[in-house]
Amino acid sequence: MSKIYMDHAATTPMRQEVLDAMLPYFGTEFGNASSVYGWGRRAHQALDEARDTVAELLGAAANEIIFTSGGSEGANMAIKGIAWAYQTKGKHIVTSAIEHHAVLDSVLSLKKHGFDVTVLPVDEEGLVSPATVEEALRPDTILVSIMHANNEVGTIQPIREIGAIVREHGAFFHTDAVQTAGVLDLNVGDLNVDLLSLSAHKLYGPKGVGALYCRKGVRLEPLIHGGAQERRRRAGTENVAGIVGLAKALELARQEQGAENERLTTLRDRLIQGLQKIPATKVNGSLVHRLPNNVNVCFQYIEGESMLLNLDLKGIAASSGSACTSGSLDPSHVLLAMGLTHEIAHGSLRLTLGRSTTETEIDYVLQEIPVIVERLRQMSPLYQG
Amino acid sequence: MYSDKVMDHFTNPRNVGEIADADGVGEVGNARCGDIMKLWIKVDNDVITDVKFKTFGCGAAIATSSIITEMAIGKTVAEAETITNQQVAEELHGLPAVKMHCSNLAAEALGAAIQDYRAKLASNSAS
Repeated sequence: MSKIYMDHAATTPMRQEVLDAMLPYFGTEFGNASSVYGWGRRAHQALDEARDTVAELLGAAANEIIFTSGGSEGANMAIKGIAWAYQTKGKHIVTSAIEHHAVLDSVLSLKKHGFDVTVLPVDEEGLVSPATVEEALRPDTILVSIMHANNEVGTIQPIREIGAIVREHGAFFHTDAVQTAGVLDLNVGDLNVDLLSLSAHKLYGPKGVGALYCRKGVRLEPLIHGGAQERRRRAGTENVAGIVGLAKALELARQEQGAENERLTTLRDRLIQGLQKIPATKVNGSLVHRLPNNVNVCFQYIEGESMLLNLDLKGIAASSGSACTSGSLDPSHVLLAMGLTHEIAHGSLRLTLGRSTTETEIDYVLQEIPVIVERLRQMSPLYQG
Repeated sequence: MYSDKVMDHFTNPRNVGEIADADGVGEVGNARCGDIMKLWIKVDNDVITDVKFKTFGCGAAIATSSIITEMAIGKTVAEAETITNQQVAEELHGLPAVKMHCSNLAAEALGAAIQDYRAKLASNSAS
């Protein structure tokens, strides 16, 4: 068995069609989109076309799309941009305990500047309840930021319902759609969002580029000053090749998402059912409101990093929420927020499927994992097998 | 990120298991932080003749447990007691900086087993 990549929630390989679309803008069409001569005009035209494509796929207008350097910038821009622009209206921001750190840390950084932050809990499946959002809203709430689907456990949030509540209240609503762009329908009207951030490299596009939808009439204080690009909301010479790649990747994903989601869901469920046969194994997240490509389990009595090293030796690339891989002494903040104990959370394994995933790969993984788990358990002082 | 020697001890750990009639047992770490090492020693005539371990933890935790069993076997109790976490890491040709603090507990586990051995010895001679 050759190498198996099962970490598509971390990043995806770029598609050939995307690379082909981008290549001219690294070479012959290298112009700066702000220049008046031919090279500049052609680069500008490529930007316009990409913006139209992204806008259409989101059900937005072209002037509501701001190109960014990726998901983290989009989240930072949405949160800090709103905070600085509307701080005279109020200084309360609501988010959830399972957000990506790009959101969570952006929101928490505002505490140093006198903002008040409410971090909402989630249930054991990782769901934010619309009722808790409603209870958290105050007259001085200016922004709510809840992710569309979680990157670790794949739980899809009731964004539409939450959006309706937030809008009724008169606050702005941002959703981090990094895990759902190219997977779920992202119509900003249906989702009731004012801001939505996404990233190209999660959907078979290039790294270093993303987009932020910002509804018409919503003001944003820029993070990056220095030019008139992106209607003065994001200065800097545009990453034309990257932006063209983003639009192409999103377009292809949209065309294929129906059939691909069906295929991935079948493979995902085959993998989950196979892993559930291992004793003392817990599936994390919702089995109903779940991304079609996400599998996340905890194997009791073993630690995640040693699991990953063993998988790597078998040619399988995966990830874990153990402390060793989170870069801190604590395991995944998402699993802890869902009520898992530290002990269990250290033994988590995330396998995220993608375009390259086949049934043969799933079966190979299902053949190797029980052997690795048993071997590590035999070595574990916690296991009384 | 791990040296070849760490990977060798991680993939082929030496002396995994328990010693039923151990002369000393030591356990350090906790599940909360993600590393637990439990170590059993057999002592004959003040010389450590056997060491076995069980570890819950990352690659570094397993490799350090494995190598300290090799380092301790054949040493006198007093000699084994001087082994430091730093020496364990050096014996493995180094550990990543982030692992030096959290997963490098093997010398402490051995120290705890020796302490247990001494306590048993003291209570035996007292009775």
